Amino acid sequence: MHDPAWFRWARVIGLTLLGLFALGPVYVMLTSALKPLPDVEGVFRWFPSRLTVSPFVDMWSTIPLGRYLVNSLVVSTTASVASVLVALLAAYGVSRYRFRGRQAFTITVLSTQMFPGILFLLPLFVIFVNLGQATGVNLYGSRIGLIITYMTFTLPFAIWMLAAYLDTVPRDLDDAAKVDGSGPMGAFVRVVIPAAVPGIVAVLIYAFMTAWSEMLFASVLTNDSTRTLAVGLAGYATQNQVYWNQIMAASLTVSVPVAAGFLLLQRFLVAGMTAGSVK
Amino acid sequence: MEADSRWLTPPEPNKPSLPRRERLPYLLLLPAVVLELLIHIIPMLAGVGISFLGLTEFYLSNWRAAPFAGTGNYAIALNLNGATGQALLHSFTVTIGYTLLVLSLSWTFGMTAAVLTQRPFRGRGLVRTVFLIPFALPVFASVITWNFMLQQDTGAVNRVLLALHLTRSPPFWLIGPNSFFSLVIVAVWRTWPFAFLILTAGLQSIPADLYEAAALDGAGILGQVRHVTLPLLRPVNRVLLLVLFLWTFNDFTTPFTLFGSAPPTQADIISIHIYENSFVSWNFGTGSAMSVLLLLFLLLVTGVYLAVVRTSGAERRA
Repeated sequence: MHDPAWFRWARVIGLTLLGLFALGPVYVMLTSALKPLPDVEGVFRWFPSRLTVSPFVDMWSTIPLGRYLVNSLVVSTTASVASVLVALLAAYGVSRYRFRGRQAFTITVLSTQMFPGILFLLPLFVIFVNLGQATGVNLYGSRIGLIITYMTFTLPFAIWMLAAYLDTVPRDLDDAAKVDGSGPMGAFVRVVIPAAVPGIVAVLIYAFMTAWSEMLFASVLTNDSTRTLAVGLAGYATQNQVYWNQIMAASLTVSVPVAAGFLLLQRFLVAGMTAGSVK
Repeated sequence: MEADSRWLTPPEPNKPSLPRRERLPYLLLLPAVVLELLIHIIPMLAGVGISFLGLTEFYLSNWRAAPFAGTGNYAIALNLNGATGQALLHSFTVTIGYTLLVLSLSWTFGMTAAVLTQRPFRGRGLVRTVFLIPFALPVFASVITWNFMLQQDTGAVNRVLLALHLTRSPPFWLIGPNSFFSLVIVAVWRTWPFAFLILTAGLQSIPADLYEAAALDGAGILGQVRHVTLPLLRPVNRVLLLVLFLWTFNDFTTPFTLFGSAPPTQADIISIHIYENSFVSWNFGTGSAMSVLLLLFLLLVTGVYLAVVRTSGAERRA
């Protein structure tokens, strides 16, 4: 079909405006990260007066960025991997079997996802503090405590997405493996999991991203030594004297790997997310 | 963004299987059920319990000693003659306005972009990737960038406004009445790519021959959008709007990164308001009562919404 001229013009104008809106902050982040300090202390400049990489060097000593980075890596990786492991088992059960309580389980998983985080944060905080007093096990301020709270959002999401994804893996595959002498768990490990790898990786990445950006739990449940990137950087950025070129360099550094992973894998996520609603 | 693009997919059951190994599914679910109990069910019940206690910082490390408050915390939260109740109502109103604005703008931008990129043209793949970037960046990193852009003296936004002669003196964006609009703009920037992503996927499931048939009937591009695209996207929109609503309403990261723990009153979003009430003024009893009220409100909205779309869907089919 040939597009009429007015539509082609509307397309150029509309997409350009939306593109400028989408990329504006990316441009500011990118150029400001390469500016010397005086450039970000006066009126905003569109181009750096000279290019410098010193913000990428200085940022490590202005704030304890290395420590934040390690904390975020440990917490986000553990929470997303643990969630996906637990969720895979549950998703296989939900996808392949009909049993009493199945619906109660899926409804619970589904509905806990729409609850506001603050609803879990308050009691978890009180429980952590009291548990520490009573048993000496200190979850408040620890990475383990944060990992547990992160599973409040990574786990239901992973169960939901993986159950939908496993439904798209044909049951003939299971049956073929069973004919070859595998039990249900053998079929699961040898056939179903390998067939679901793209979905598993996509869910893993997305759970990691969510944990990486999490702010609510981390702002309350961490201390100086366990602070994550999100809380550390945001806390620094809302102060009065800010080295904006360094903070832009730090933001860029912690964004690129995550954003690249998402852009590469988004089509698997979309397939999982829309599989049910489009039908 | 805590939360996420979840719930878009009701798991579609495979063909029911013969339950030969009755115990296996329960064993498979066991770890998930134990965790659900520990991180969701028990904390939630504890939260409801705390909402009936006078739990302040003095009793924090020994909550059993906290005095029973009955429905006192709820009375405080809902008393519109008291300062706490008024502040909560104000925050609730701000959040509703914020949510409706972000929801409608994000959907409109996402829908426009999805329709404009529906038919192939040179550079379409690049455009789609560019549109997804705001959603792919970690929220805190991009909102920190917005924070820099919205600075009164050194920000890019005021630089643009001055260059276009839209203002004579650079306004403040992060304090005062403007802070509400700053928050809306940042949230829309972050949210519309998600609407675009989902709507694009929805458009791809519409068979091309429907458009051809509409074109043969003399429908132009706008006619096709109205008579083919919008009706067939109804199921996608139904879920998308609910997800966007819950997401925006519960958003904490965006306002917290933009304003810190004490936002300007004009941008006092409910999640931050409850947070401040609990962790800045250390009153967990009223904080819990407010979060239970918030949950009840969200359940009510979701329930009514689902009931309405279900009846309208049934009428359409009948």
